[in-house]
Amino acid sequence: MAQSNVKKKPVGKMLIMGLISIALYALLLAKQDDVNSIFARGGWYAFLPIITAFVFSFFHGSFTGDFWTVLGVEAARKKKEVK
Amino acid sequence: MHDIATNFINLDAITILYLFGVGFVGGLVSGFIGSGGAFVLTPGMMSLGVPGLMAVASNMCHKFPKALVGAMKRFKYGQVDVKLGLVLGVSAEAGVLYGAGIQEKIKATFGDAGSNLYVSVAFVVILATVGGFVLYDAWKTYRSGNANTEEKAGKLAMWIQSINIPGTMVYFKSINARVSILFTIPLGFATGMMAATIAVGGFVGVPAMIYVLGAPSLMASATELVIAFVMGLGGSLKYALSGMVDIRLAMIILAGSLFGIQLGAIGTTYVKPFMIKVVMGVIMVIVLFSRGLMVPVYLSQLGLIETLGEGTVKLLKTASFAIMIFALLLGAFIVLRAMWQGRKAERLQHASGALEHGKI
Repeated sequence: MAQSNVKKKPVGKMLIMGLISIALYALLLAKQDDVNSIFARGGWYAFLPIITAFVFSFFHGSFTGDFWTVLGVEAARKKKEVK
Repeated sequence: MHDIATNFINLDAITILYLFGVGFVGGLVSGFIGSGGAFVLTPGMMSLGVPGLMAVASNMCHKFPKALVGAMKRFKYGQVDVKLGLVLGVSAEAGVLYGAGIQEKIKATFGDAGSNLYVSVAFVVILATVGGFVLYDAWKTYRSGNANTEEKAGKLAMWIQSINIPGTMVYFKSINARVSILFTIPLGFATGMMAATIAVGGFVGVPAMIYVLGAPSLMASATELVIAFVMGLGGSLKYALSGMVDIRLAMIILAGSLFGIQLGAIGTTYVKPFMIKVVMGVIMVIVLFSRGLMVPVYLSQLGLIETLGEGTVKLLKTASFAIMIFALLLGAFIVLRAMWQGRKAERLQHASGALEHGKI
C-alpha cells in the first residue's frame, strides 16, 4: 500500500504531536487546583481522569513513538516481516 | 466525604522531574517485561508523601494508557496474543475489583499506615516467591548454555495443556495449544488482585503465562500489556469513583513512561528471550529488600512493635529508597545494554551480509 522504498522520518508529525502534548501538560499544571477539586469528586466525575488519560496517551504516545524513529532507534530488522 | 482530596501533594520542579524520570525507567522496564514499572512508581510516589492507596490509584491511571501504547507497539512485532490477553484481562478485572475492595476496607479500618503495611507486605511476599523462582529459572537457562534455543513449555504447562475439559477449551496462538479457561480464570484473577494491591499484576501474570500456560517469554510479556490495559482501565475507574486518582501524578509519570515503553518495546526485538526473565527476576528480588525495610516502620506506626526512633526510621526510609533506585537503574541498564549489544550484532551481521553479496 504505502511506498516503502525510501524511509522518511516523521519529523513534521512528531513536532505537531509534541506541541499538542506540551500544550496539554501546560494546561493540566496551570489549572491543577481546579482539576484536583473536580476530578476528586468521584461519581460521574470519575470519567474525567479516564478520558484525560486516553487523550494524553493518544497525542503523547504518537509523539514518543515518532521521537525514537526520528532518532533512528527502531526495531530489529530481522524480526520485521519481509514484504 | 472524601478526605483523600486533602492529600494532594505539592508539585515542584524537582518532584515533576523525579516522577518523569521514574516514569521513563518504569516505562522502559514495562515495555520490555510487560509490567513492572509500578513496583518502583508506587513506592516512588509513597516516598514523596502520597498515601499508599492514592499512589496505587494514580499509578493504575497511568498504567492503562501506557499499556495500550506498548501493546500496540508490540503487536506490530507479532508478539501479542490478543485473545489470551482479553481472556485473562476479563478475569483479572474481577480480581482488581476484589483486591481494591480489600484495600479500601484495610484503609478504613487501619488508616494509611495499615494500608501502606499491607501493600509492603504483599510486595515482599510476592517478590520473594515469584521473583526468586523467575531469577532461578533465568540463571538455570544461562548456565545450561541454552539461552539461544527456543523456549519449551515446562512440565506443569505440558500437563495443563494435556487436560481436556469439554466446553471450556480455547485455542491460544501464543501457546499453540488449547487450554481450558478453568485454568486461565484463576490466573487472571490472581493477576488482577496483585494489580489492585501492589499495582504490578504482571509479576504474577507473566510468570503464570510462561510457567503455567507455556507461553514464550516474549509473547507472555507482550500479552501482559493487554491484560494491564483491560484491568488498568477498570481499576482506574473503580478508584476514580471514590476520587482517589491524582491525575497530575498519573499524567506526569505517563509523560516519562511513554518515552520508556516505546524504547523497551523496541528493545525486545534485539534480545534473547531469557533476558525477559533476567530483568524481571533481578528487579523483583532487589525491590523486595527495598519494601522489606519499610515493614518495621509501618508496624511501628501502627503500634504493633516498639516505636522506632526518628533516626532509625530515617535510616530505613533512606536505605529503602536507595535500594529501589538501584533496582530501577539496574533494570534499565540491563535492558539498554542488551539492546545496544543486539543492535551492534545486527549492524555487524548486516555489514558482513552486504560484503558476502558483493554489495560493498
